[in-house]
Amino acid sequence: MTSSGVRGPGPDAVFAAGLEDGEFRIQRCGSCGAHIHYPRALCPECGSADLAAVRASGRGTVYATSVVRVRPEHGENYNIALVDLAEGPRMMTRVVDIAPEDVRIGDAVTAFVGEIEGDKVVLFRPAAAASAGDAR
Amino acid sequence: MTGGLRGAAAIVGIGLTEFGALPGRSRMEIMAEAVRCALDDAGIGKERIDGVFGADFTDSLIGLTMAEYLGLNPTVIDGTNIGGSSYVNFMQSAALALHAGLCEVALIAYGSDARSAGRAGRGPGPVPYETVYRPRQPIAAYALAASRHMHEYGTTREQLAEVAVAARRWAALNPAAFMRGPLTVDEVLGSRMVVDPFTVRDCCLVTDAGAALIMVKADRARDFPRAPAYLLGIGTATTHGQIACMPDLTVTAVAESAPRALAMAGIGLDDVDVVELYDAFTINTILFLEDLGFCAKGEGGAFVEDGRIAPGGALPVNTNGGGLSCVHPGMYGMFLTIEAVEQLRGQAGDRQVEGAEIALCNGNGGLLSSQVTAVLGTGAAL
Ligand SMILES: [Zn+2]
Repeated sequence: MTSSGVRGPGPDAVFAAGLEDGEFRIQRCGSCGAHIHYPRALCPECGSADLAAVRASGRGTVYATSVVRVRPEHGENYNIALVDLAEGPRMMTRVVDIAPEDVRIGDAVTAFVGEIEGDKVVLFRPAAAASAGDAR
Repeated sequence: MTGGLRGAAAIVGIGLTEFGALPGRSRMEIMAEAVRCALDDAGIGKERIDGVFGADFTDSLIGLTMAEYLGLNPTVIDGTNIGGSSYVNFMQSAALALHAGLCEVALIAYGSDARSAGRAGRGPGPVPYETVYRPRQPIAAYALAASRHMHEYGTTREQLAEVAVAARRWAALNPAAFMRGPLTVDEVLGSRMVVDPFTVRDCCLVTDAGAALIMVKADRARDFPRAPAYLLGIGTATTHGQIACMPDLTVTAVAESAPRALAMAGIGLDDVDVVELYDAFTINTILFLEDLGFCAKGEGGAFVEDGRIAPGGALPVNTNGGGLSCVHPGMYGMFLTIEAVEQLRGQAGDRQVEGAEIALCNGNGGLLSSQVTAVLGTGAAL
């Protein structure tokens, strides 16, 4: 059987374009309703290709956390965490705006688009700090 | 229930190089030295080899490189790379090929200059949605798993350190081990923190080393000079590639691979005399003991206390000193298998587990991503 053809930017490119616009996009499966991240061409739950990019709520909970120790001459220690998104998927990230060793499993965190060494990335900060910041 | 590949193939030759720093020597030279040792151990010439199995992090066509380098004309070539567990997985591929008659003498070989070339082990790479966070893999993935295990079950850094101390005590009995000096829990805890909660002593060594083994169909195994180690059961499973996709960071794919391997072998854990686990990090041993079923989920920390897995303890685990204290050249899989063979042959010297008839091996690959459980046994266990 031959594919009817897929045109236009793929899921990776759609995600990257979102980051450039300051928006964190995940995917929702039109067939089974699952939310997906990282972005894919087929739903890992049901195999459907009917996946649409949707704006993530940005709400998350820290599932696991660690600190990468950096020798002082090379920079500062930083956090590495796995965050469970409110929509379901789990992703790697850094939790910032808090000392890296003070991040706790179970902490409520909020996503934003930031940068690491020039790369646009989805980062998280403690939810309380984020809501104060979002009050504008 | 038994069946599958039970008793289909046997290991009839093993070869190891020195462990540690082998400066001025290339990966292939180190691999070839181990092959020469394995051929001598099996009492055969290289012309008998017609199956070649190898994986490598720097050479994705390693099977071809090995055949060329060794001057072989194999009918079976397998370079499947599922991480450090590849070299346990190859026992399954080799047994299949031998059982099917596609080859008669399988060579599984590995060489690494990781220490001398300044190459630490790595995880699966490149991973676009994780590498960008600079997670310092593979250490960070295992550290995240440890953080979750500590959170859910109260596992402590002291319990992690017990794993490193037990490995060192075994290494002290193994003249080939790279690090043999005394090590205490306090020394593990007080070492340089690398990725929380791991200090450098929670992390495996980076050494140069080579290893090779030779497998034949079981009905030919008695034609070779050494006591054969028979493959009794084997199971492979994977849960994820990158660590964010691991469904539960406290449960590895060993929970799937081990029951299949044990069922194929027709044995229970009570039948196991010696256990060889891929201890790239201290949390590994705890996770695998739980997922193998030696203790309940969450009780692995308490299980390893009081020297239970150390020399003289109730369960001999990682009797060569493991990846933590004996040898770890990037892919540790075959070194744990070869230690199992040495134990089954009764040639393990001061670290010999008396009367070992059945060994349980578990290879780990990637970022806790793939697991291969294998049961090996003596002729008496067959
Ligand atoms: Zn779906």
